[in-house]
Amino acid sequence: MSRICIKNGRVMDPATGHDTVADILVADGKIAAIGANLDATGAEVFDATNTIVAPGFIDMHVHLREPGMEHSETIESGGRAAAAGGFTSVCCMPNTSPVNDSGVVTTYIIERARRLSPVNVYPIGAITKGSLGEELAAIGAMKQAGIVAISDDGRPVMNARVMRRAMETAKAFGIPVINHCEDLNLSAGGDMHEGFESVRMGLRGIPACSEDVMVARDILLAEVTGAQYHVAHISARHSVAMVRYAKARGLNVTTEVCPHHFTLADSDILPFDSNYKMKPPLRSCFDVEAVTEGLADGAIEVIATDHAPHPGSEKMQEFERCPFGITGLETAIGLSLEQLVHKGRVSLMRMVEMFTVNPDRVLRLGKGRLTVGGAADITIFDTDRAWTFDINKSLSKSRNSPFHGREFRGGQVASMVNGQFVWRLS
Amino acid sequence: MATGLLGIEGLDRAEIESYLQRAKTFQSHGGNTFKKLDTLRGKMLVNLFFENSTRTRTSFEIAAKRLGADTISIASSGSSVSKGESLVDTLNTLAAMRPHAIVMRHAASGAPHFLARHLETPIINAGDGMHEHPTQALLDALTILDHKPALEGLRVAIIGDIAHSRVARSNIHLLSKFGAQTVLCGPASMLPPDLAKLAPGVVLTHDIREAIDGADVIMMLRVQLERQHETPFPPGDYFRFYGLRPEHLTLTRPDTIVMHPGPINRGREISSEVADSQRSVILNQVENGVAIRMAVLEKVMGAQPA
Repeated sequence: MSRICIKNGRVMDPATGHDTVADILVADGKIAAIGANLDATGAEVFDATNTIVAPGFIDMHVHLREPGMEHSETIESGGRAAAAGGFTSVCCMPNTSPVNDSGVVTTYIIERARRLSPVNVYPIGAITKGSLGEELAAIGAMKQAGIVAISDDGRPVMNARVMRRAMETAKAFGIPVINHCEDLNLSAGGDMHEGFESVRMGLRGIPACSEDVMVARDILLAEVTGAQYHVAHISARHSVAMVRYAKARGLNVTTEVCPHHFTLADSDILPFDSNYKMKPPLRSCFDVEAVTEGLADGAIEVIATDHAPHPGSEKMQEFERCPFGITGLETAIGLSLEQLVHKGRVSLMRMVEMFTVNPDRVLRLGKGRLTVGGAADITIFDTDRAWTFDINKSLSKSRNSPFHGREFRGGQVASMVNGQFVWRLS
Repeated sequence: MATGLLGIEGLDRAEIESYLQRAKTFQSHGGNTFKKLDTLRGKMLVNLFFENSTRTRTSFEIAAKRLGADTISIASSGSSVSKGESLVDTLNTLAAMRPHAIVMRHAASGAPHFLARHLETPIINAGDGMHEHPTQALLDALTILDHKPALEGLRVAIIGDIAHSRVARSNIHLLSKFGAQTVLCGPASMLPPDLAKLAPGVVLTHDIREAIDGADVIMMLRVQLERQHETPFPPGDYFRFYGLRPEHLTLTRPDTIVMHPGPINRGREISSEVADSQRSVILNQVENGVAIRMAVLEKVMGAQPA
């Protein structure tokens, strides 16, 4: 079998705190050795000088659009985009067509991914049937088929009683509940963050409180049920404060933030350009600061992209008619370095942690660590190379990103899954 | 991207003044038999209205004809939009027939701004959603200047459904650029606090008496029933608290004028007595609409080779 020696990289593993320049020898899909000056005889050598060699990055929040919306993305194209973004594992949300609310759909996704995706794909199952918020989905059957969490992402569970039952059920099956927190009555008709910018542009607002009230509700329900609860794509400052409070109370509550939410505020929106339209919306500069602070102080432990591909035909419309969501897999590392590491807000080790061992602690995938004898899932990236994101070269099937043409300092160099390079910078 | 007219916010004072100056020269024709000009002869204007409109559409058509341009008006119900064509495709199709400008009204805020990024043909915004209605603000300014020596230092009360009003936004921007004070008044659900930051010189109140106190100009707005999503202000209470009635006029100076962009709803936001009173300049606004649109069309289309 193939042997690859990743030479002279700065090997960083937040799970152990390991941070030295070393080699990693990969054999038969597994990490055979980590150490200085390893014997690379008979192995393909990858020169990792001046790069970071880290556990394979995990994106616990993506939309692969398959089954049913293959014109936007497929498990294959989304998997390729993930690899090109430096990710080796992704968790796909269930809002496909049909919704992943049964063991059959879960199995379909897993089988397709096994054959077609270059990266590991872990499905997240729906909380309710059809994600309609009424009846619980077949959570047990989906768990047996391989889901790693439940969520009605994009269609928040409005009924608190249903949410409570979902938490109890998820707890019994040992998986977390992930909620897209948005009170649909408060956000009804909204297209962007409610504030000065929405007033100026004459667009209906999605108030920060529509997120906050549901985060508050869910934290209270998590305490009542003892469930493991995860806030998806947190964006509002009071929500961050409440998650911090929940942690202080010892609850099993975690959260993730998307790179666009710590990079852009509503005032950065190119007026009426739908590439700036997503849920939650780009919020005020105070919220951007609050999520960044949350990342720095540990209130937020995961960076996830909420990669949400939509074809141009859907995004080339009047702002208020466009669907919500932007792609994110290929810009996540660049934006995290730019906003967090280069600005001195978090250390490089902490950034790696938020892409590796932290999402694994939420989902228990058995990934996110560099373990001798373990699967060789490795992300290699650098921190100083100048590069420009060109959306036309994206491996996603969709082109909806506000970051086209953005100049980055540092980014992904190579992605390895099970000992094979699935993407390398050309 | 061609230069059309998308909004007041992006204009500077000099640009606005030049529209007003030019419109004044077109005003003098009013009342007389109008002689058709040939300024825009051989040029083609497309009027594309995705929302109902009587005065704005007619006004643009008359303005274009008076300048000698050919005009075509299209309403969305009679067009391929009703066959599911996207806005970009509709506009590209029309642009392929080489009109010299497209006047466009659309229910979505920013629709003309979005299109202007993808189209060579200049676009004149005849109202986009809740965002802007630049020619309305210009004709309102022209009407005020028919009755007041200058905009600077005036106190203008805008009363009604400000949140959903493109007329209000364009007027706020214009009046602020000229140093007028704007008092915005309406029920809380129609008056988001962030409006106060829209431009310098803007204050908010929920009390109509406070709003009209010392006002030189009172602009009444229609309640945009079609834009209210939920929990509207009770209609009965609306007229009681925010409808302009004769007793209000007694609280104002004798030279205070009353304006309304139309269409007016008598007995809802304005009483018939006020609408038809000597203080009302509502029909002057309509008349000035033609002069303003002539000035705008001349500027936008005149720059285009025939």
